[in-house]
Amino acid sequence: MADDILRIRTPIGIDYTWSSGPGSVVYMRGLENGKLIGRRCPDCELVYFPPRNGICPRCGVLLAAEVEVGPRGTITTFCVVNVPFLGQTIKIPYVAATILLDGADIGMQHLIQECEAADVRMGMRVEPVWKDKSEWTPSLENILYYKPTGEPDADFDVYARHL
Amino acid sequence: MRDVAIVAYIEGQNTSATTLSPVEMIVPVVHEVLKRANVQRSDIDFWCHGSCDYMTGQPFSFVSAVDALGAWPPIMESHVEMDGAWALYEAWVKIQTGEANTALVFGNGKSSAGDMNRALTLQLDPYVVAPLWPGFRSLEAMGARAAIDAGTVTERQMADVVSRSLRDAADNPNVLAYGYRDADELLDEPMTANPLRAHDCPAMADGVAAIIITTADRALEMCDRPAWIRGIDHRIDFQNLGLRDLSRSNSAALASFHAGVTKDKVDVAELHATYSHHEIILAQSMGIDRSTTRMMPSGGALVANPLMAAGLARFGQAARQIFKGNADRAVAHAAQGACLQQNIVAVLEGN
Repeated sequence: MADDILRIRTPIGIDYTWSSGPGSVVYMRGLENGKLIGRRCPDCELVYFPPRNGICPRCGVLLAAEVEVGPRGTITTFCVVNVPFLGQTIKIPYVAATILLDGADIGMQHLIQECEAADVRMGMRVEPVWKDKSEWTPSLENILYYKPTGEPDADFDVYARHL
Repeated sequence: MRDVAIVAYIEGQNTSATTLSPVEMIVPVVHEVLKRANVQRSDIDFWCHGSCDYMTGQPFSFVSAVDALGAWPPIMESHVEMDGAWALYEAWVKIQTGEANTALVFGNGKSSAGDMNRALTLQLDPYVVAPLWPGFRSLEAMGARAAIDAGTVTERQMADVVSRSLRDAADNPNVLAYGYRDADELLDEPMTANPLRAHDCPAMADGVAAIIITTADRALEMCDRPAWIRGIDHRIDFQNLGLRDLSRSNSAALASFHAGVTKDKVDVAELHATYSHHEIILAQSMGIDRSTTRMMPSGGALVANPLMAAGLARFGQAARQIFKGNADRAVAHAAQGACLQQNIVAVLEGN
């Protein structure tokens, strides 16, 4: 019998209680109410969205003032996804972009839809398309994707230092 | 060898369950320890961190801890998947190599984030022991049983350790177990993991500890009475519990010997004894006479055990005894793994 055993499976699992910490709560509560809320570093004054654990990693201090950002923003850089992979839910080709929200000092990643991948460009102005309000949770997934606003492109200077 | 001293120590508030994120816990402690040594971030030329991903449930969770340090302009930093005491060892080596002069070392852990009795089991051999999920407390009970059967530890001695720790806890505002009880009272309690009673097990905590170490040319600027690291060594026993005599700790004995513990009288010892019988096994293995050495004046890890910080806290608490002039020669110790598998020992001196 023992000679027949070639391998055993010994899965491990532990349950965790995760707390976001007060620094991120304001961001998550904001999303729950359809608002994009970042926080400002009291030292360097940069506005973080999301407010990354409530810390400015440049200065090593707790973030302070809450600042509403966006909802519109500018594409700083992007990637056209042409590769199919397991678990893919979006039809290829699609665009994943880094978006600098108006009033924020770091970019965030989101999906670009409602335009051809070939038309997406650096400096393009975009705005969020939200899920139905009844489905909102404390998550950035409340925003389905970003779409072009049709505004003129932002000047390169606006996002130059975010590349 | 370069002379290196501990010049500042700060611990964050130990809590039973914080809602802060790990990084938010670290930030104020880092600021505070810099202030204590009266230095700026730019004075630190090496940063070293001890923590455990199994405690947070996130791979590479330690990377986010760098956010707490203000890593711009870029800093030289490192991490050990161990208690912060081993981060201190790495920093000490870094200074010995001449690549750094002043280092900030910290350890942090959020024990409340998961079932640590289960998580700690993942330190075991992953093929034949860990899949059995023996539970960490049960393993320590096995170690205590081995020591009692060998006649090196008695239940009465264990109760005396707990009683003294609870008495000392009264003078330490940063503990989670307190309220003096004498040994008779403690021995009346039922066993929870034979031969361990609830009070023989540590009060688990969420916490942070941070230490600054530096070289001779700067130590006196940062501290009136630095705690000089005169010897430091760490050793490890077999992972296979069946190959070890659990009634003693060979690795603690070796580390103690190489750190030079028995070369002179030990005024104070801060041993990382997370279970009451550990103190007795460690003292015997390390050559520390518990009747002449002041054991764990802080109350030790029994009364506040912030995982991954509690070992470094022993170094900090031992250093504090030197800072305050309460001791001229102190022994700091940290342990990790099941049944005192890994041990680090340092001798600290005021002169």
